Amino acid sequence: MALVEIRNVTKNYTRGRETVEVLHGINLAIEAGDFVALMGPSGSGKTTLLNLLGGLDVPTGGEISVDNQRIDQLSSAALSRWRAHNVGFVFQFYNLLEHLSALKNVELPLLLTSLGGAERRRNAEIALTVVGLAERMTHKPKELSGGQQQRVAIARAIVSDPTVLICDEPTGDLDRASADDVMRLLQALNREQGKTIVMVTHDPKAAEYARRRIHLDKGTLIGEET
Amino acid sequence: MKYLGLIWANLFRKKTRTLLTLLSLVSAFLLFGLLQAVNVLFNSAGDFVGATRLVTQARVSFTQALPLRLLPQIESVDGVDAVMYQQWFGGYYQEPRNFIAMFAVEPERFLAVYPEWVLAPEQREAFLKNRTGVIVGRQLADRFGWKVGDKVPFNSNIWPQQNGDKTWPLDVVGIFDGKDEDWQRRTNALAYLNFAYFDEARQFGRGGAGTYTVTLGDPDRAAEVAREIDRRFENSPDETRTQTEKDFQLGFIKQIGEIGLIVNAILAAVFFTILLLTGNTMAQAVRERIPELAILKTLGFRDVQVMSFVLAEAVLLVMIGGLGGMLLASGAMAVLGSLPGFPPFRMDATVWTWAIGAMIGLALAVGILPALTAMRLRIADALRR
Repeated sequence: MALVEIRNVTKNYTRGRETVEVLHGINLAIEAGDFVALMGPSGSGKTTLLNLLGGLDVPTGGEISVDNQRIDQLSSAALSRWRAHNVGFVFQFYNLLEHLSALKNVELPLLLTSLGGAERRRNAEIALTVVGLAERMTHKPKELSGGQQQRVAIARAIVSDPTVLICDEPTGDLDRASADDVMRLLQALNREQGKTIVMVTHDPKAAEYARRRIHLDKGTLIGEET
Repeated sequence: MKYLGLIWANLFRKKTRTLLTLLSLVSAFLLFGLLQAVNVLFNSAGDFVGATRLVTQARVSFTQALPLRLLPQIESVDGVDAVMYQQWFGGYYQEPRNFIAMFAVEPERFLAVYPEWVLAPEQREAFLKNRTGVIVGRQLADRFGWKVGDKVPFNSNIWPQQNGDKTWPLDVVGIFDGKDEDWQRRTNALAYLNFAYFDEARQFGRGGAGTYTVTLGDPDRAAEVAREIDRRFENSPDETRTQTEKDFQLGFIKQIGEIGLIVNAILAAVFFTILLLTGNTMAQAVRERIPELAILKTLGFRDVQVMSFVLAEAVLLVMIGGLGGMLLASGAMAVLGSLPGFPPFRMDATVWTWAIGAMIGLALAVGILPALTAMRLRIADALRR
């Protein structure tokens, strides 16, 4: 059985009196260790699908299983706990806490574990070393370049060793060189550490780093390349 | 405790704004501490006297004198142990700001009724025998450098001598202490002169005393004895009003006005302003960092945890400001209370209890709405902002 199973998933939004169906019966399976790029024009539903996969939102219909667990049936609190243990997130605009150092930002997810202060710090230091920022641990986000900030965000995403990494346009705010650095890092995490990655991107170059490229349009899967 | 660092960092993410808010909280609680200490001082004005004495005054007002001929009638009331009478002198030394709470008393009766004042035997004897003698409180004597044997020109803002002079040269024959710390504190502005001399020398009002003070054999009979004294003078030209010494003291203080009401009205206005100010700061702080709160939820922090963080920030903010203000007020009270001419202000447990209660109430009031906003935040919507 695949690590991620999406069966006939629909998602509706209500705007005023109008109900808009954003996803129309999506079916998708993602194996453990896969690196999937979701591509498509704006409004195709790729971020919505990513949010459902990451447990940030719940589907209107259908089933989503991750590692044999139905996440579409979890309560809000249970979904929070599930996210803490199973998912790491990377966003286009990094979404770091500006007033915390890189180390403290990376340590954040570990506050939800039973680790002691020293152990949390050690794990955060390891994660920052993995992304090549061992020398920048005490820096605040504003003191780092865009590429470095995204690396901090990746360190935060991997520090609790999640099952899946969810990346929403991780290179969308970066120049080409920084974007390539970030993509090489994600690829290394996928190839060398076996991390399963699902990434939304508009950037065909970034998508080339993925093993599979899945195309959406108007809420429907329309094709796949490997 | 592991979240304290995060809460602290969030609180001080806009340092200037947080420090200004803290400053306003410190000011509010400084004012609260000072005014409540004044309130306590007024309310506890009679606490030190115990319940073994009654004070009889003219029914209309204590400013109206009662004739000395009432003395044997009061003494004969069942339950009365000893009786003294006294007249307010309205004293000061050299200039009115050197106020002295000065009374004319009959020495023997006075010393029998107030064993709380400690006087050396020879000074006691001198006070009994010397018609122009005056005894002064220890702290008052220290303040002006008086010693036994000095002749001091006291001034009265009420009573002239027969020659019209309001200056009364009196001989310091004794310096008294209080039996304990509470009573000792009251020696900072008290003096007693001999009633017989005063009564003969004053230009008007002879044969009258402002109040009678009665000691009771059994404090439980206070109400009964008070009723009986007042009954004896009913429908006479000298109707009386008898109450415990504590009630008399409080009544005296209340001549100034409803201090508690005034203090509480001022504090209500201050806290209402602080509520709006701090509430606005908290609401603005949460509005500004909705994406950050959404990230915390994304990482797996539960709704109730995020709500608790915001509430904890409000509590921390108010507690730091509140405790800072209260500590400053305590320091100010200690300094003021040690200065000559100032009453013994103190910050007792009641003031602290009220202050902590006010801090918790204020923190909840300013924190609850932003905290609920944070709790209800939908991640997918908030991340788009």
